Amino acid sequence: MSGSPVTDGRPRPTTLAADPWRTHPARVVALRDETPGVRSYDLELRDARVRAEYRFLPGQFNMLYLPGIGEAAISISSDPAAPELLTHTVRAVGNVTNALARLAVGDEILIRGPYGQPWPLGELSGGDVILVAGGLGLASQRAAILDIVRRRDDFGRVTILHGAKTPSGLLYTSEHDAWQGAGIAVDCTVDTAEATWQGPVGLVTDRLAGLPLAASSTGILCCGPDPMMTGVARVAAGRGLGHSRVWVSLERNMSCAVGQCGLCQFGPFFVCLDGPVFRYDRIESLLGVRCL
Amino acid sequence: MMPTRELRIGDAVTLTAAGLDALIRRLAVDHRVVGPRIADGAIVVRDLASAADLPTGWIDDQEAGRYRLHRDDAAGPFDHVVGPHSLKNFLFPPREPIARFGRVDGEWRELPVDPPERPLAVIGVRGCDLAALAIQDRVFLRGRTEPDGHVDEAYERRRHKLFLVAVDCRRAAPTCFCHSTGSGPAACSAAAGRTADLTLTDLGSGPADAVAPALGERRHACRIGSERGAAVMTAVAAEVFVGHCSADEATAAERVPADLERAMWQRGKEGEGATSGRCLDTGNIRDLLFSNLDHPRWDDVGARCLSCTNCTLVCPTCFCASVTEVADLSGDSVTRERHWESCFSLDHARMHGTSVRHTTASRYRQWLTHKLAGWIDQFGTSGCTGCGRCITWCPVGIDLTAEVAAIRESPSAATGGTS
Repeated sequence: MSGSPVTDGRPRPTTLAADPWRTHPARVVALRDETPGVRSYDLELRDARVRAEYRFLPGQFNMLYLPGIGEAAISISSDPAAPELLTHTVRAVGNVTNALARLAVGDEILIRGPYGQPWPLGELSGGDVILVAGGLGLASQRAAILDIVRRRDDFGRVTILHGAKTPSGLLYTSEHDAWQGAGIAVDCTVDTAEATWQGPVGLVTDRLAGLPLAASSTGILCCGPDPMMTGVARVAAGRGLGHSRVWVSLERNMSCAVGQCGLCQFGPFFVCLDGPVFRYDRIESLLGVRCL
Repeated sequence: MMPTRELRIGDAVTLTAAGLDALIRRLAVDHRVVGPRIADGAIVVRDLASAADLPTGWIDDQEAGRYRLHRDDAAGPFDHVVGPHSLKNFLFPPREPIARFGRVDGEWRELPVDPPERPLAVIGVRGCDLAALAIQDRVFLRGRTEPDGHVDEAYERRRHKLFLVAVDCRRAAPTCFCHSTGSGPAACSAAAGRTADLTLTDLGSGPADAVAPALGERRHACRIGSERGAAVMTAVAAEVFVGHCSADEATAAERVPADLERAMWQRGKEGEGATSGRCLDTGNIRDLLFSNLDHPRWDDVGARCLSCTNCTLVCPTCFCASVTEVADLSGDSVTRERHWESCFSLDHARMHGTSVRHTTASRYRQWLTHKLAGWIDQFGTSGCTGCGRCITWCPVGIDLTAEVAAIRESPSAATGGTS
C-alpha cells in the first residue's frame, strides 16, 4: 500500500488516538457572532494531558460531536501555535450546526481530530502567497493567516482576497486591520454593495486578475464554492501560474474522517485523508465531471 | 491409520462425515460456530450445531437476478457456491454500537460498549471470501501497516480470534469469475495471501477402508494451516477416527480446485452468452474506468439500475457506513450505532440538503469505479473478488463484467482522467 498514488509524501499529522471513534470533551470558553448565522466557538479540551498533546496544522479539521445529535467536520480556525484553544467558525445550516448554535459558554461538546491534509505553507515558504476565500471559506484559512503573521518574514508578499455576497457576509472583519498591520494585504470584494460599502464590487477572480503576481514564486490557497475555485485556477493560469501552484480545500459529507466510512469519496480520493486541501492539478479533471 | 503424534502445520488428514461433525462440535466448545445452512430459500451463513445443519444434498442455481435451490442427492455439504452472506456480515456487522455516552451533571462520560463476543469460527469459507477478508483487513486494519492509518478496534478484536475452516470449490456458478480476479477457486493461496486455519477439499466417495468403513462414504481432505488449526484437529483426532492423507488423496485434493479453474477458463471460451461463463478483464482497469467517467454506458446502466443497494449489501468488501445517534428520551444516554451505508443511497453523498450524486447513473458509476479503480489507489488492491454475488442478487440482473466489457469495447475520448 506504500506508494499509493493518492499520497504525495506529505506527512500526515498524528491524531489523538488510533481508535477513530474516541472523542474528547471540550468546553466552550467563548462565543462570537461573526456574520449572520455564523458563530465562532472557542473550545478548550477538558483533559489537561490531551490538551497538552494536541497539535494541528492550518487547514486541518476536527469532528465536533454532540451526543444524540451527531457529528460535523469543521475547520480549525485558530492559531496553530496556541493549540490549547481551538476555534471553530460554523454556519448554522443543519442538525448538528443548529444544535451547536444553542450552546452557551461553559457547555461541553466532544471532539476528535485533527484530520486531513493541511495548507502547504512549508512548501510556499520564501515565496508570495495569495489566499482567496469566498464567504465562510476564510474560516479554513484563518489558521494559515495567523501562522503567516507569526512568521511573516518567511514569506514574500501575502495577499488575502476575500469575497462575499454582501458586506455583512465578510468574515473576521474586526481582525483585518491587525492582519494589515502585520504586513498582509487584505482585499475584500462583494457581489452586492450596501450604502456604506466603499470597497470594490465584483468577483474575487477579477481582483486576482489585477494583482501584481510573480508567477514563478507564488502559491494560491483557495477555499470557496466550486465555480470560484475553478475560476481562480483559470485566472491564475492566464497569469502564468500553473495548476500545480494552486491549492483548494474541498467539502464533502463524512462520517469517520479516517478513510473507513467511504462517504467523502471524490474520484479515487478520500476527502478526509487525501484532502480537504488538494493541489489543483490533481483534482482538476474530476471537478469537471458531473455528479461525481 | 490413527495419528499417534500431535498434528502440525502442513499436515493433511482425511475426515468423514463423523470427523466433520466432531470438528464443528470441538470448535463450538470455545467459539460461536457459523457456516452454510438453508434458511429463507437460500444458503446463508448461520449458527451451526452439527454437521447435520450443513446443506448436504442441495445445489444452488445462480444466474443474473436469479437464485434457486434444488435437491441433488449427489451433492456434498459444500457443493453450493457463495450465497448472500459473507464474512463481512460477522466481522463488520450490518449494525453495531461503536460508542456509548452518558451525561452526568452536564458532563459527557464515555461508557463501555457491549462486552466482547465469543470468538467466531466460520465453516466453509471460499477462496473469494478469504480474498475479501484480506481486502477488508486493508480497510479496517490500515493503521497496523501504515503510520498514518487507523484501526477499527472492534473489527480487529474479532479478526484476531477468527477461526477459519476454508473449502476448495468443486463447482462454479455461472456468476462466478474468481479465476479472472485471482481470488479462487482454490481456497488458499500463499502467493495471494489467502490463508485459513483448516482447509477442506471434498474428495467424494472412495472405497471402504479404515477411515470410511461404510462403502462410498464421503471424505474430505483437511490441510492444517495454523497452530490453532493443528491444536483443534489434534483434539478432533482424539475423539474420532482421523486418517492421514495418502499420496493419492493429497494429489486428488490439489486437483479439485486446479481442474475447476481450468474449466472456468475454458467455459469463458465456449461461445457467447451468459451461460458460457463470466470473466473480468482487469488489465489496466483503473485507468480505463477513470478515463471514461463520461461514457454513455453509465446512463445506459443507470436506466436499468433500481438503486436498490442489493449489490453493496451482498458485496463481501463494500465497507461504506454511517453513524446514527440513538438517544433515550432524556437525551442523557446515547448509543452511536454504525450501520452499513450504500453509495446507491441518496444520503451517501448528501451535502447542504441535496445529494451530490442525484442520478442513478452517477451512483452506479461511483460504485463500479470505486470497486474496480478507486480501491487500487486507496488500498493497493481491487475491491472485487469475482464472487458474483452482485450479479445474482441484482433484481434486474445487471452484470458488472458486462458493464466493464461494454466500456472496454468502446472507450470514449479520455475525459476525467486522474493519472
